[in-house]
Amino acid sequence: MDSSSSDTALRPGRAPLRGTADNGMKIVVVGGFAVGKTTLVGSVSEIRPLNTEETMTRAGVGVDDPSAVPDKRSTTVAFDFGRITLSDENVLYLFGAPGQERFWFLWDRLFSGALGAVVLVDTRRLEESWYTIDRLEHHGTPFIVARNNFGEPTHGLDEVRSALDLPDDVPLVDCDARDRESAKQVLIALVRHLHTRVEASQRAGAAEEETTP
Amino acid sequence: MSARPAPAGRDDGPDRLYTVTGGRSRPPENVFDLVTLIVAEGGPAPGMQSELARILRICSAPTAVVEIAAELRMPVSVVKILLGDLLEAGRITARHPRFSPARRPGAARLPDLDTLKQVLDGLQQL
Ligand SMILES: Nc1nc2c(ncn2[C@@H]2O[C@H](COP(=O)(O)OP(=O)(O)O)[C@@H](O)[C@H]2O)c(=O)[nH]1
Ligand SMILES: [Mg+2]
Repeated sequence: MDSSSSDTALRPGRAPLRGTADNGMKIVVVGGFAVGKTTLVGSVSEIRPLNTEETMTRAGVGVDDPSAVPDKRSTTVAFDFGRITLSDENVLYLFGAPGQERFWFLWDRLFSGALGAVVLVDTRRLEESWYTIDRLEHHGTPFIVARNNFGEPTHGLDEVRSALDLPDDVPLVDCDARDRESAKQVLIALVRHLHTRVEASQRAGAAEEETTP
Repeated sequence: MSARPAPAGRDDGPDRLYTVTGGRSRPPENVFDLVTLIVAEGGPAPGMQSELARILRICSAPTAVVEIAAELRMPVSVVKILLGDLLEAGRITARHPRFSPARRPGAARLPDLDTLKQVLDGLQQL
């Protein structure tokens, strides 16, 4: 089999990273079907979003086994991703992941080590995000919520917040996933939120040190 | 008339993928993250399994595990098995993510402020 000439042909526009790139980072964009995940990733990515898949075998009750080769007991989940070169060393990968309940056993593995997550919601189908938000809270993954505006918004953000039962300290922002600047602002909002969380946990740590002899 | 065998890929059945991995079905544990950057230490050797040769060509520049999987059109876990072989043979090096609680149990769940500052600066320059 001769594939030597097809590596680049398979993926036109393949843009190699700088030779100095040495630190990959992850942010996950999670949400229901057709909520705009791929669109958002594509808006800010320096490459056309690529698609790949992971296979997981349910080896037994409570035991998830990453299995390379799919069989009857396995589930295959497709996800897409894009990439942003941040500096000579740092490269940020954005993953678009379906939020449906049946896929969650995979995310714990796939996305542990992510800096944080953006929950993308469509106000016409808010209830689809309840499980996702529960799960992120349970997992301890920091996140923000972005409402993707399909047309004129019919609900205020405060209504969305209460429908999602979102704590006050979790940012909720509006976006147009098709717009690069808007998508970029969503990511910036997440990173600022992470910054706030880290500072808060450092203050808490310092306070604890003061009170423990 | 027989068709030329296509390269292994996503649409292949389990049999073909088992052949690619030499019958193994489990990737090495906690060695590669999705965003571990892989760099080839040289070009392919003559007669090398074609999937391994393709990985080495792709990784002439640093390439994330997940990008290799997308390019080869194979599940991530299959690619991790192949990368494990190449790593063991010294044909690739792996640049691991610095923030990676998965690889260090008990590690902080939050990135440090310096990392966040770098991410913010990078995003603001977009
Ligand atoms: N009007 C409008 N359409 C959008 C917006 N974001 C995404 N879409 C469209 O909605 C559809 C689903 O988007 P996609 O990104 O594929 O959703 P995914 O399933 O979450 O990845 C596509 O046809 C997009 O073009 C938006 O902000 N406004
Ligand atoms: Mg999509």
